[in-house]
Amino acid sequence: MQKHFAVADADKVAYRLEAVTDVLVVGGGLAGGWAATAAARGGASVVLVDKGYFGTSGVTATAGPGHWWVPPDPSKRAAAIEDRMGRAFGLADSRWMERILDTTWRTLPTLSPYYDFPKDATGEVHYRGLRGPEYLRALRKQAEDAGVVILDQSPALQLLLHRDGSVAGATGVQRQVGRGRIWVIRAGAVILATGGCAFRSRLLGSHNNTGDGYLMGVEAGAELSGMEFSNYHTVALAESSQTRSASYSFADFFDAEGNLLPTQGRTDYTRVLARALLRGPVYATLARTPLDLREIVSHIQPAFVATFRRRGIDPYTEKFEITLHGEGTVRGIGGLRIVDDACQTAVPGLFAAGDAASRELIAGATSGGGNQNSAWALSSGLWSGQEAAARARRTGPRATEPATEVGQAGLRPAKSPKSATAADARALVQTVKDELLPYDKVMFRRGDRLRDSLARLDRAWDDVRDHLAGEGTAAVAAREAAALVASARWSYGAAAARKESRGMHQREDCPDSDSRLARRQLVGGLDRVWTRFDGDAERTWVRP
Amino acid sequence: MIELVVRDRCTGCGRCVRVCPTNVFDFVDGRPVIARQDDCQTCFMCELYCPVDALYVAPNAERPTPVDEQTIVASGLLGEYRRNSGWDEWRDIPNLFWRQGEIFARARSRAPGPSAQDTASKLSSTEAVEIAEWPPRS
Repeated sequence: MQKHFAVADADKVAYRLEAVTDVLVVGGGLAGGWAATAAARGGASVVLVDKGYFGTSGVTATAGPGHWWVPPDPSKRAAAIEDRMGRAFGLADSRWMERILDTTWRTLPTLSPYYDFPKDATGEVHYRGLRGPEYLRALRKQAEDAGVVILDQSPALQLLLHRDGSVAGATGVQRQVGRGRIWVIRAGAVILATGGCAFRSRLLGSHNNTGDGYLMGVEAGAELSGMEFSNYHTVALAESSQTRSASYSFADFFDAEGNLLPTQGRTDYTRVLARALLRGPVYATLARTPLDLREIVSHIQPAFVATFRRRGIDPYTEKFEITLHGEGTVRGIGGLRIVDDACQTAVPGLFAAGDAASRELIAGATSGGGNQNSAWALSSGLWSGQEAAARARRTGPRATEPATEVGQAGLRPAKSPKSATAADARALVQTVKDELLPYDKVMFRRGDRLRDSLARLDRAWDDVRDHLAGEGTAAVAAREAAALVASARWSYGAAAARKESRGMHQREDCPDSDSRLARRQLVGGLDRVWTRFDGDAERTWVRP
Repeated sequence: MIELVVRDRCTGCGRCVRVCPTNVFDFVDGRPVIARQDDCQTCFMCELYCPVDALYVAPNAERPTPVDEQTIVASGLLGEYRRNSGWDEWRDIPNLFWRQGEIFARARSRAPGPSAQDTASKLSSTEAVEIAEWPPRS
């Protein structure tokens, strides 16, 4: 096929980068990495933009996924799916589970030229678990070899739409060029692989995960789903971001008086820890870790070991203070709603992959954890990349047609820009953290508290909509603040409207599940947030 | 948070500036400068990509904790993370990440709670590893 990639003339490039491509991938994490390569191998010209660096950005680069990995033995696959369906609380789809198991099994070994998959003493090659930095380094090299053009340090700010409502590209800023050089990329298809939103919780690797893709998608006409399932939590050494938590499998936890907390063998142990943390400091020790495992942890999770070494703590003999970091929609569920098998959103030509997309299809109301989410990221990336390339082959980039910039909040204030500053963006982010991070608000949910939070978040949104703006690199901070406030409202709006408890969404005022609500819930809206349970005709406005 | 660029190790290659996912550094007069420490997410990625181990990220992700350069250089902590990760010239250091599942599986088989025992007895060790998430159920 004819590939379309062109950069505008050199004079213009000095202050504005303009390019035309078949497929634009926004986000260079696990999903974006697979998407870009799949699109390029499908014959498309591909540009991948990342807010930071494709290789270190996102929650996979700093961690290490063990993919959901089940051999193609029908009984094993059926058992694995049945197990997951049993804890999806009626919101998952076994066909999608089957698809990601199959795609992951067939695709992951193809990374062999770029990742040194280990062989054990029996000669068996181990594919399912990859260490994060090495995985992303491999995905970058694979994408480069496939011909993907990578723009690092180039956050996207907004989408472009054709008059017919289909996606036309995106704009953003190259934040390391001068004080920020605008980029405008026209594309036949756009894949949002922008990750989930962790509400700036200090979850490892999540600083960039501010819900940008959700905001861009909704502005373009997409819907979200499952946003109430956004409160999975992970343990970490106090004051650290080190949420690599495998070693806590052997942890014992204590309150300030030295009482052992009842966490052992409990599936809801983070809720036990959260209740204790609301009362006072909590301490842990990893003393039960077998000696042979202690010796190899530095070769499994070197960053985990480094964190303790630098604090001068021996976690196997000492008690140390811990905290919990919220995962938002990272190990939560919510994201852009998928409308077809290729992970397209409601906006023609706009795809969502990885944590940018809702994972209800494969996880339901329970966290997919690292393994299901990684298999999802790989698979949704692959499918969206393949279909985006096919679509671009059919339509071309349509770069000569008019296109509209659809970004609003944080870009085009509705009222007088009261010359917004970085401090304004910071204050808005703090408001989001104040509402989304305290355990009593986010984990032990109650209708009245959710409404109080929504009232404060609505006021923050008014401020965003009316005044927030920024030029150059300041535009990035403004859009992040806007996306955080918007994602917070969608999350709590959906949580307020789901008047029951289901999976990770636990309401103290509605502790039981309501069988009539065993349905997915959509959410959207900018100035006014709405929700709608799948199958209902009418949207309901969220009122604080 | 990033606390240190050791000047007499730094060669000014600029990799840390390019790879920092949160754009913490500026490049000034051919040297990286910690320009936006507040944005550091304490992910250690800059250390992995620094071929001369000139960077030190302190473990505190909440606030700056200034360190003494001589103490850190003498501590042996510089480059330890990169070495344990088997990067660059350390590629012979084994990457045992694939054994992470053993941690979960062995913890599960020992944990005293009834749900853990149920899980361990129902699943073969391979399948238990496949869950690879602790706790396995919620």
